[in-house]
Amino acid sequence: MIALNQLSKVFSAGRPNEFVALEGVTLSIPALALTVLKGPSGSGKTTLLSILGCMARPTSGRIMIGDREITSLPEKFLTAIRRKTFGFIFQQHNLIGGITALENIMLPAYPDGEKFSALKARAYGLLDLFNMTSKAKFNVGWLSGGEVQRVAIARALINDPEILIADEPTAHLDSALSYEFMEIMKGLKEKGKTIIMASHDPIVYESGIVDFVVAMRDGKVIR
Amino acid sequence: MSRIERQRNIIDFTLSSLLRRKRKTIALILVYVLIVFTLGSVLLFTQAMKKEASLILAGAPEMVVQRMTAGRQSLFPVGYIDKIRAIKGVGAARGRLWGYYFDPRTRSNFTFLVPKVFEAKPSEIVVGRGIARSLDTSEDDLLYFRAFDGTRTALRIRGVFDHRSELVASDLILIGERDFRRLFGVPEGYSTDAVLEVKNSKELGIIAFKITQVLPDTRPIRRDLILGTYEAVFNWRGGMALVVLSGAVLAFVILAWDKATGLSAEERREIGILKAIGWDTSDVLLMKFWESAAISITSFFAGILLAYAHVFLASAPLFAAVLKGWSVLYPKFRPAPFIDFYDVAVLFFITVVPYAAATLVPSWRAATLDPDEVMR
Repeated sequence: MIALNQLSKVFSAGRPNEFVALEGVTLSIPALALTVLKGPSGSGKTTLLSILGCMARPTSGRIMIGDREITSLPEKFLTAIRRKTFGFIFQQHNLIGGITALENIMLPAYPDGEKFSALKARAYGLLDLFNMTSKAKFNVGWLSGGEVQRVAIARALINDPEILIADEPTAHLDSALSYEFMEIMKGLKEKGKTIIMASHDPIVYESGIVDFVVAMRDGKVIR
Repeated sequence: MSRIERQRNIIDFTLSSLLRRKRKTIALILVYVLIVFTLGSVLLFTQAMKKEASLILAGAPEMVVQRMTAGRQSLFPVGYIDKIRAIKGVGAARGRLWGYYFDPRTRSNFTFLVPKVFEAKPSEIVVGRGIARSLDTSEDDLLYFRAFDGTRTALRIRGVFDHRSELVASDLILIGERDFRRLFGVPEGYSTDAVLEVKNSKELGIIAFKITQVLPDTRPIRRDLILGTYEAVFNWRGGMALVVLSGAVLAFVILAWDKATGLSAEERREIGILKAIGWDTSDVLLMKFWESAAISITSFFAGILLAYAHVFLASAPLFAAVLKGWSVLYPKFRPAPFIDFYDVAVLFFITVVPYAAATLVPSWRAATLDPDEVMR
């Protein structure tokens, strides 16, 4: 379980352009469930996901992952947690252009120093899971939107994380691909992954596989 | 999980990154290779010249003594040689005959020298390759010279020097003693100067001092000082060439500075993605380290190999005009391969290290930013 206590995030604090992105967020996100952060643009969903995923530090408040407090851990430890515990699916997919789908999937695991052949076999396993084996050696620039999405999901899974974080994952997908994405999430949830998504797409937050919906507005949790 | 595999995986990604930016990488390598090639050529050629000169001069006498009259060199009385031999520490001393001859056909000076042992017949000479080349002559041809009194003297070429000695023997003519005296008007009982060996080379300075005490109108010239002069001349030429090439160095500095002052938006974004998916700052820096190492070491060795081929296989056609010019007759020779690893190491450190720093600094700056920037 992830527990957030009185979390706040202020950008450019003390300057004329100071912006409060999160204010007093207290929230429990259960393990092995699919939780959706819902809200309009600027409501603080992405900032909250960044802090949850150890990509940014809160201005104040505490974060617990399981029974471990991570709020003030040094950068090196946060990176290790980010790599081992979380898998990220970004709104823009953020694949590295010019290299193959296979290389993109293996990227998060490179610093771990796993044997290359074993890593490659694992990446092929994920490609197979998403029916993408034939596209393994394709440059990601040649893939369709849906295929890029699946490569991004496979990359998020390469380190076998406990928690998957997805920021507006269906923002650039048509309805059919959005439903397909939710089916993939369903499968992953059944395999024991905790999934946290930020979305204002009804296909996501009204889906039957979603366990909890957290509504946000102006940096606050409203329900 | 091993450190070696980590390095291997990151190197693998680095190389594929370089291939992704093929044009930029190739352009960078080309500029880099050109710089190293240029500086390396000057360095290798200067070193080879100094080495060549020192090898050839190794057989030269330890000391030459000249007679000076009113500040100018004059004929050396043979009687002086006995006085020099009498100085304690002098091993052997003998008179030497040599002189410059201005040749109006080639508008250059030839150096005539009577060797210690000369096995040719009277009226025969052995000439340097520069002379043979400029006069378009070869063995058995006759060469005509105007003697000191205006008479025409014909000398037959008995042989042409080996190309290995061309650097200092390009304009040299070996001649018998009688022919020399006839040509230059040097009377019996005189030589041009004297050469001597000493028993203990550490005493060269003392012996030179004693000679000037015994024969105040003479000037001793030590071999080690001549070598020092040659070194200085080649260093000066090399330095001048480097000054001329400073434009190229400046271009390289600008290139390195350009790399140092920032990354492209695409590169920054990629670093952000890598950090967001779990790469540590040290992983990013390791990748950038391998990237700069791949570019700089490849370019450095390619540049040095090209410079080596240019200097030692092609006789440095690009810089020879600036760096040679030893004899009046332009020497044409292939320098013996010689590399001073200290100088190569210096070149390595003045090209590879600044480039590596220039690449790593902006990457470090980008890698220390919060990875959540890519979420936005």
